[in-house]
Amino acid sequence: MGAIQPKLNEPVSDELALVNAAKAGDVSAFEQLVKRYDRNVFRIAQHITHSREDAEDVVQEAFLKAYSNLGQFQGQSKFYTWLVRIAVNEALMKLRRRRPERFVSLDEDVKTEEDSLPREVADWSPNPEQLYNQSELRDILSRTIQGLPPTFRTVFVLRDVEGLSTEETAEALDLSVPAVKSRLLRARLQLRERLNRYFQKRETGSENGNNGDVQQ
Amino acid sequence: MKCADFLQELTNYLDGVMDDRTKIELEDHLSWCHNCYVVCDTTKKTIEIYRDSQIYELPDDLRTRLESAIISKCQSHKKSGPQKV
Repeated sequence: MGAIQPKLNEPVSDELALVNAAKAGDVSAFEQLVKRYDRNVFRIAQHITHSREDAEDVVQEAFLKAYSNLGQFQGQSKFYTWLVRIAVNEALMKLRRRRPERFVSLDEDVKTEEDSLPREVADWSPNPEQLYNQSELRDILSRTIQGLPPTFRTVFVLRDVEGLSTEETAEALDLSVPAVKSRLLRARLQLRERLNRYFQKRETGSENGNNGDVQQ
Repeated sequence: MKCADFLQELTNYLDGVMDDRTKIELEDHLSWCHNCYVVCDTTKKTIEIYRDSQIYELPDDLRTRLESAIISKCQSHKKSGPQKV
């Protein structure tokens, strides 16, 4: 069993040139950056906020904030990482506004390690995603990731869905590399656990397929 | 190597960032521990399914609308020019 293949990002070699042109007042250069990254920002925002309306607002606010603050961008990191940092903050602010009773912070270390230990170990079907049609699958995946604390799903979406490196994720979220790794492990394991019920191999005549539970 | 140690290294293993010696130890553990093999395999599938899924894609019509709203606001920001951007 080998490592997962990283998602290939679009080439970014001309990115700095576009940022510099935009800094000099070329709005069409900034437009190219918007077109390059708006789908990513939308996905990230919707993963965090779970609201399409909020995600639309986040896309607009993040790009406008980036545009007005381009002078602050020093070019030490990738423009995309800087943009993601702005977008994540905007999305978390939306979440806090909607759920003021529960302060949302990426620093919170939710619960204990035990919540991520595999409880149920069962083989999955060879092509689990083919057990459902596209719309059912999307529904399962989005409901499942919504059950994760914001800090876990944010790390997961940046690393595993958007393909940022561990270091870029740490930079975008203002977390240490070990903190990103620990959240990522727990996010991955919790998602796996929650997806078991949908994807595990069904034994003939067994509806719930509970064989293979780990003894506590 | 115990299962708990394997689990701690799972993320590094799936990301392919570890030294050869640790990798050999992990793969030795995987060769005889069925539970860890299944956890590793299904975690890998979890990542791949999310990565390849098309949840939360930005629809084309909404995308066009958002892009023109952003650019038009950038243009008016540029005209009013309250700060150097």
